[in-house]
Amino acid sequence: MNATTGVVPHAEPRPAPAGAPVAGPRPAQRLGLAVLLPLAFLALWAAAVRYRWLPEGIVPSPQQVVRSWYVWIVGTTGFTLSPYAGTWLDTVLFSGRRVLQGFALAALVGIPLGILIGWFRLVQNVVDPPIQMLRPIPITAWLPFSIAVFGIYDASALFLIGLGAFYPIVVNTTHGVRDTSRLLIRAARMLGASEATILFKVVFPSALPAIFTGLRLGVGIAWTAVIVAEIVAVKSGLGYVLWDAYYVSRMDICVAAMISVGLLGFVSDRLIHGISRRVLRWRTLEAHA
Amino acid sequence: MAKEKVVLDGVAKEFATGRQRVVAVDGISLTIQAQEFACLLGPSGCGKSTVLNLVAGFEQPTRGQVTVNGTPVTRPGPDRAVVFQEPALFPWLSVLDNVTFGPKTQRQPAAVYQPLARRYVELVGLTGFEGHFPAELSGGMKQRVGIARVLVLQPEVLLMDEPFGALDAQTRTLMQELLLRVWEQGHQTVLFITHDVEEALLLADTVYVMTARPGQIKRRLAVELPRPRTIEETTSATFNALKREVLGLIREESLKAARA
Repeated sequence: MNATTGVVPHAEPRPAPAGAPVAGPRPAQRLGLAVLLPLAFLALWAAAVRYRWLPEGIVPSPQQVVRSWYVWIVGTTGFTLSPYAGTWLDTVLFSGRRVLQGFALAALVGIPLGILIGWFRLVQNVVDPPIQMLRPIPITAWLPFSIAVFGIYDASALFLIGLGAFYPIVVNTTHGVRDTSRLLIRAARMLGASEATILFKVVFPSALPAIFTGLRLGVGIAWTAVIVAEIVAVKSGLGYVLWDAYYVSRMDICVAAMISVGLLGFVSDRLIHGISRRVLRWRTLEAHA
Repeated sequence: MAKEKVVLDGVAKEFATGRQRVVAVDGISLTIQAQEFACLLGPSGCGKSTVLNLVAGFEQPTRGQVTVNGTPVTRPGPDRAVVFQEPALFPWLSVLDNVTFGPKTQRQPAAVYQPLARRYVELVGLTGFEGHFPAELSGGMKQRVGIARVLVLQPEVLLMDEPFGALDAQTRTLMQELLLRVWEQGHQTVLFITHDVEEALLLADTVYVMTARPGQIKRRLAVELPRPRTIEETTSATFNALKREVLGLIREESLKAARA
């Protein structure tokens, strides 16, 4: 246990004695701890289906979900009646593209607008009140309106996704801009910076951490919105498959679709987080200083 | 013949806090000659920094006028470089990018500012740290970046607002010596704010002792110590006589402030 010598210890054959001070688990141990509950849950699930603790024919077994998911992804060589075989990637791409487009739209409008609201009092007084008034309307409540206006097309889905992601992006950007240190703005003025330079070179980078927070919240809402939109407003994508599978009593596909959305949401969040860590490297250094 | 560089004429500044009006400084008149190193010395809360902010153009006087080079000050600008008490560096920019922020924003050609930036980074002893972020530097190093980024603008007027106040004693001494070296090279007109008597006497040609709020000039003292000065100066008899005098003045004000 050479924690202080900086030597990477070999895997300890024996567990540390109970009550020993915990020096923080190693990566391998952490992974083990992280999958502990999910594995227990899977076992319980499998047992519940196998020993019929659950109403029969409604909840599929985990093995069934994995098998169906596999066929959904790679298809089968044999004859199949399943309309899902081999369509997973297309389905995911439909949803992914909508999220990407709606999210990009939200960021493209939300970030500049948030900067303007945060920086110019006039814009704040004119634009912020209507945003705050519209914000409490859940995006699900916009569904009928959206379908009536945009029809059962992509535009309807993009509207809902974009609107949902827009709010956290614009609100967080506004906060980030307002939190810009007055001292830094003074320093920039003293160094001869124009108002435009201050906005682009001081206020914007200073607001970036808050902007990334908004983007992460926004992408989460975008995945929620895409499922809702695809259930009601369009005829493709994970949300559509999810609802369609429910109607034809394919709970195995339902569960596989749920897990797929979860995974995609997780991956997109990690992606933004990774980008933000790179862009905000100066900030992670600050946190460790 | 010396030229009047910074002139404050009957300057007062009031702040409105809620329904109250607070007079921060009142009736401040002083003249700093070109190439003069002036220190504003006073107890905390006496409005020293307000005076500097007025000269910097961050704030406008309620009464009176501030002129630099004969022109009334209306807004901040690179002709009056400011070193703040907190380093106020841009945390997302490297040391070198912080130093070149001023020249870049003024569209100076790189051929002009690159050598200057390198020179001042070297002068403040940060060669080898050009690529570091402020978060990776110590307090003293950050403040040195804060000094280099204004020296690179080659300002005639240097405004320093307790720049070494937050540093430990050893670092502060090193920074004072560094500032003396810088000033010997450039002979800028300096307005330096401090509450540290020794610091004021070591650095300045002229020390203005301020009263407690509302801040007024209590006494103007000429510090006639030979230049170039070193830290050893602080042990000389002249220095100590001056120090005793200033401490007496400050003590009067502190007692007044305590009674108020």
